[in-house]
Amino acid sequence: MAYLTIEGVSKTYEGKPLLNNVSLDVERGEIISFLGPSGSGKTTLLRIVAGLETPEAGRILLADQDMSHVPVHRRGVVLMFQDYALFPHRTVQQNVAFGLRMLGLPKPEIRARVKVMLALVGLQDFGPRSVVDLSGGERQRVALARSLAPQPRLLLLDEPLGSLDRTLRERLLEELAAILRRVRVTTIAVTHDQAEAFALADRVALLHDARFVQVATPQTIYAHPATPWVARFLGYRNLLPARVTDDGRLETAFGKLDVSPELSLPETGIEGTVLILPWGIRIIDSEPPCNAFAARIVQRVFQGSTTVVRLQVGEVSVSVVMDSHERVPQEGDWVAAWVSPDALRWFAPPIPFR
Amino acid sequence: MRSVTEAEAAGDTVSPSDRSRSRHWATFLLLIAIPTGFLVLFYFYPLGAILRTSVLWQQRPEPLVTLRRLVSPGSLRVMGFTLGQATLSTAITLVTALPGAYVFAHYEFPFKRLAQALTTVPFVLPTVVVATAFGVVLGPESPLVRWLGEGADLRYSLGAILLAHVFYNYTVVLRMVGGFWETLDPQLGEAARTLGASSWRAFWTVTFPLILPVVFAAGLLVFIFCFTSFGVVLILGGPTFATLEVEIYRQTIQFANLPLAAALSLVQITFTLILALVYARLQGRLARPLDFKPRSTVQRRPRKPLDVALVVANLLLMLVLLAYPLVTLVFRSLVSGSHTYALLFENPRQSVFYVAPLAAVWNSVRIALMTMGLALILGLLVSTAVYRRRAGWLVDALFMLPLGTSAVTLGLGYLLAMAQPPFNLRGSVALIVAAHSLVALPFVVRSLLPALKSIRPSLREAAQTLGAAPPAAFREVDLPIVWRALTVGAIFAFTISMGEFGATAMIARADLPTIPVAVYRFLSRPGALNYGQALAMSTILMAVCVVGFVTIEGIRPPGAQDF
Amino acid sequence: MKRGLGCLFLTILFFVGCRSATATPPVASTEEPRELRVMAYSSFDISEAVIAQFEAEHGALVRFLDAGDTGQMISQAILSRDDPQADVIYGIDNTFLSRALHADILLPYKAKALADIPDAFKLDDQYRVSPTDYGDVCINYDVTHFRERELPLPSSLAALADPLYKGLLVVENPASSSPGLAFLLTTIAEFGEDGYLDFWRALRANDVLVVDSWDTAYYGEFSGAAGSAGTRPMVVSYATSPAAEVYFSEEALGEPPTGSITASGTCFRQLEFVGILRNARNRDLAEAFVEFVLSDTFQSDIPLHMWVFPVREAVALPEVFVAYASVAEEPATLSVGVIEQNRERWVNEWTDAVLR
Repeated sequence: MAYLTIEGVSKTYEGKPLLNNVSLDVERGEIISFLGPSGSGKTTLLRIVAGLETPEAGRILLADQDMSHVPVHRRGVVLMFQDYALFPHRTVQQNVAFGLRMLGLPKPEIRARVKVMLALVGLQDFGPRSVVDLSGGERQRVALARSLAPQPRLLLLDEPLGSLDRTLRERLLEELAAILRRVRVTTIAVTHDQAEAFALADRVALLHDARFVQVATPQTIYAHPATPWVARFLGYRNLLPARVTDDGRLETAFGKLDVSPELSLPETGIEGTVLILPWGIRIIDSEPPCNAFAARIVQRVFQGSTTVVRLQVGEVSVSVVMDSHERVPQEGDWVAAWVSPDALRWFAPPIPFR
Repeated sequence: MRSVTEAEAAGDTVSPSDRSRSRHWATFLLLIAIPTGFLVLFYFYPLGAILRTSVLWQQRPEPLVTLRRLVSPGSLRVMGFTLGQATLSTAITLVTALPGAYVFAHYEFPFKRLAQALTTVPFVLPTVVVATAFGVVLGPESPLVRWLGEGADLRYSLGAILLAHVFYNYTVVLRMVGGFWETLDPQLGEAARTLGASSWRAFWTVTFPLILPVVFAAGLLVFIFCFTSFGVVLILGGPTFATLEVEIYRQTIQFANLPLAAALSLVQITFTLILALVYARLQGRLARPLDFKPRSTVQRRPRKPLDVALVVANLLLMLVLLAYPLVTLVFRSLVSGSHTYALLFENPRQSVFYVAPLAAVWNSVRIALMTMGLALILGLLVSTAVYRRRAGWLVDALFMLPLGTSAVTLGLGYLLAMAQPPFNLRGSVALIVAAHSLVALPFVVRSLLPALKSIRPSLREAAQTLGAAPPAAFREVDLPIVWRALTVGAIFAFTISMGEFGATAMIARADLPTIPVAVYRFLSRPGALNYGQALAMSTILMAVCVVGFVTIEGIRPPGAQDF
Repeated sequence: MKRGLGCLFLTILFFVGCRSATATPPVASTEEPRELRVMAYSSFDISEAVIAQFEAEHGALVRFLDAGDTGQMISQAILSRDDPQADVIYGIDNTFLSRALHADILLPYKAKALADIPDAFKLDDQYRVSPTDYGDVCINYDVTHFRERELPLPSSLAALADPLYKGLLVVENPASSSPGLAFLLTTIAEFGEDGYLDFWRALRANDVLVVDSWDTAYYGEFSGAAGSAGTRPMVVSYATSPAAEVYFSEEALGEPPTGSITASGTCFRQLEFVGILRNARNRDLAEAFVEFVLSDTFQSDIPLHMWVFPVREAVALPEVFVAYASVAEEPATLSVGVIEQNRERWVNEWTDAVLR
């Protein structure tokens, strides 16, 4: 039996299903990330796990215990809110001590634990400070220390870095990941940012259309998105309608594409969608044996270390990510583009052409 | 400000499932049961009794006659005047006191606490005493009138009514709005200014909408107070003016026309109800969760010349408007020598109705403390029940009704309902405390609700997930954060009880003379000594109140910061 | 905080509550005294010693209920007729008498002591009320003001409309004040139903000031009252007010700073009555109290406490009364029934004529 089981949870919002019979198992010590766009119901699911909301169907089991009738404060499930919800009328150490006080621990022990927690998040000297004066990053760390202090059975993080600026976010992401791995607390982190999810989680659960569309390790998701929607959500733009040809190739608006033998294709004549992973298209100087096409550069977007180049091949366009320090062709140039057979992924249902 | 994110959208608006909905309803009903019982027993039951008696009144005129008189030009004129003067009074009070609220919320300056306590003193003063002060301040002998010319002699005019209403109610706006404003994050306004808004625009577009719920709350209370104004209109306005309250009194007491009085009373109550409903609805839409700051980060000493000028200007206004009449009273109570005070403690003619000052102070203070306790408990129950419920605004509005109900009507209702079995509370302290609490309750709720509504739900939820049961979460999160608002409510409850001379004056009492009662006793007979002692007693009332305010403000839960 | 706060409130409530529970007066005798409840208006006053004497004589405990002004007191008595708040009601006056009689709230009792009281004061032939005291509502004037300007005193009501007295008089609103009503009744008695409004219009033209209550008029507007900031040298007050001014003065005064005009037809006589409320708990004690109110002991204590004259003629008046309190020569009279019947109409007509 898994440590945490989400079992057939459903919830509607204004008549529309927000969560539709959602199930998931989480192992002890695992860090799971709920990834999905705004409004996908991931925060609601998190709140249902915390007991702040009641599902219309389904239940939550924690360590084999049905949580349906366990009130929020007895679950041992701590939720760290997106706005951190630090108590403005308490100091840093009072905030961190809160959960410990609720456990009724003796004062000396609380003091000692608070000290340890503050050290863990690198805020040793902040104890007596007012939380109102803290910077965003400091608040985030106080919130984390407060959430971890009572040693919850389950830690829930709602967009833990969501309200921070970009550079701070990158730095704190590493710190957060390191701390979570060190304390080995079972954690669910909700985020809309794939980089955040990939960096934090052992497994990522992608939520779309009121259900999990893919639950897998970050590597798997990155390399093998389960649906075109997942691919798009990950930022993959090169999705083309395709048809399987007699010779086991894929016919696209690009022309016919050779595929890697590892990619199992359905019968001839089936129509579907092909994804070309971002690294799978390259602009080349010499003609390769297969999958090469003449393309015209229609757009160049400089993004710092990389430059995104938009190629027009026949009637379709695809994006190629190039290192900025390479020689990037000019708009209007004609170039040769090569598609790696290993970078192709096949989705059965055709998607509307964009 | 509020960034609408998924968390909020889901947290606030996802309709709870049937199970959690019924759980919420159960909590709501549990919390509201006691206050509602109180309201039914001490308001609706007596009100029903007096209305019933009035309708069945002996030698009653035909219902049509009553109706015709209700819509006669005379009655309509009274209604029109009542509304008009209340609107004007409220507008002027808001305009006058909002800058003061800003100054008290944003600046730290010497004697601030004392100044704030003094602004609340007018609230407790009997109208006769205030009239005396205004007579001096506005009369022909006044330096002000000599300086400004005869036009400044506002006695017996609409001007006097408006001025007195501002004098009485300034503190309502100052305390309610100021108390809220001072915990509001100044960065919100500053943020708007960095977005290119002028400071004036920043105020109108950012700060003002945020304080609007509290401005509405204070405005509503001031309006209802002015709407049911009695003494001020009678004494200061002179006999040419009459409000509904005055007319109800006359019809009841002078002419024994109870049916007409009841009809007028109902008009007054209906209007209050409509107003309270509209207000409660608006309030529910306006209040937003906010980030609060401790006072220390909001308040600063005025340094720039503009700041100093602002503070000084407002203090000067308070000095002229509030302090000058008060000082006049104290001065006049002393003018005949300090022995008037000494004489208060003697009973030279061995009167049975002699009121020992200490006994009056003790009666007043203990009734006020009991009122404060009861009103705070009931107010907390009502506010916590109401603030999250969609139907809460309906309940909220009901608790406003006693404030807008004629004191004569309610007083006689008490006589009929509460002084006879099954509830024989005749002459008991409990009845007086209940009556005072009924009037004080809207103040406590008005102070608490905006504060409670502005607490982010995530704070309570965080406390819960950290292991706090709902009562503990309330104690640890809500209570410390609304402490300021609670203090404001406590001060009003204390004050209302100290100065009340309306409904309870109608309940015959044996041995419970309060300070206002003592003042009236002295004023009801001629002679310099009586007059001096009445003023001396009023001065004692002011002193007791100031001590009370400062003490109440000083009580602060340990552990809570400067909120 | 936590528990501390709750405890604080509870302590306050408990402490305060306990005190009120134990605040009942101590009982001296071993036998439980019977309680007599007396309802009176706010300005009722009498010596403790006088009441103590009654209590001793009858083994009773007298509790006074402060019932507000006369109108409020009568409204309360009428509304709680079936289960009255008191046994005895003190202070019904002749302007409200008819209402009280009509509402049938009083029990008849023919006191023996009535024999010593002039018949003119006995207004109810069924003896449901007994007269206790009377006082005249008259114009009071500021002695200094009149003396310094060598102004003659007005000799009649009509004279008040003389431009000589323009802006000098302050009166109370009959709709809210009992002396105000008394003065309106005086003018109706003097000028009749047909003429009184003309007189009031003339007064209005002569800049009469109307205020809501006696306190405002006397302490706020009248220049003669000690300590007053007022500017008007004439006010509607009581014929005994000058005596009170002397009695309650800061320093010993040789003569009163105010005087009252008691010329024929310028005053209204207010008579006050005591009665036994229907459904009284201790009827015999109530009857004894009525006798006591009419006795020498009580009657002679009335003047210095309530500043009115006792109805019992034989009573010796205090010195300050003899010297400075006056009695109207020929006060205006109107029957109590006529007053009650027309009160509202008169007040309304007056309001239209004077205030609109």
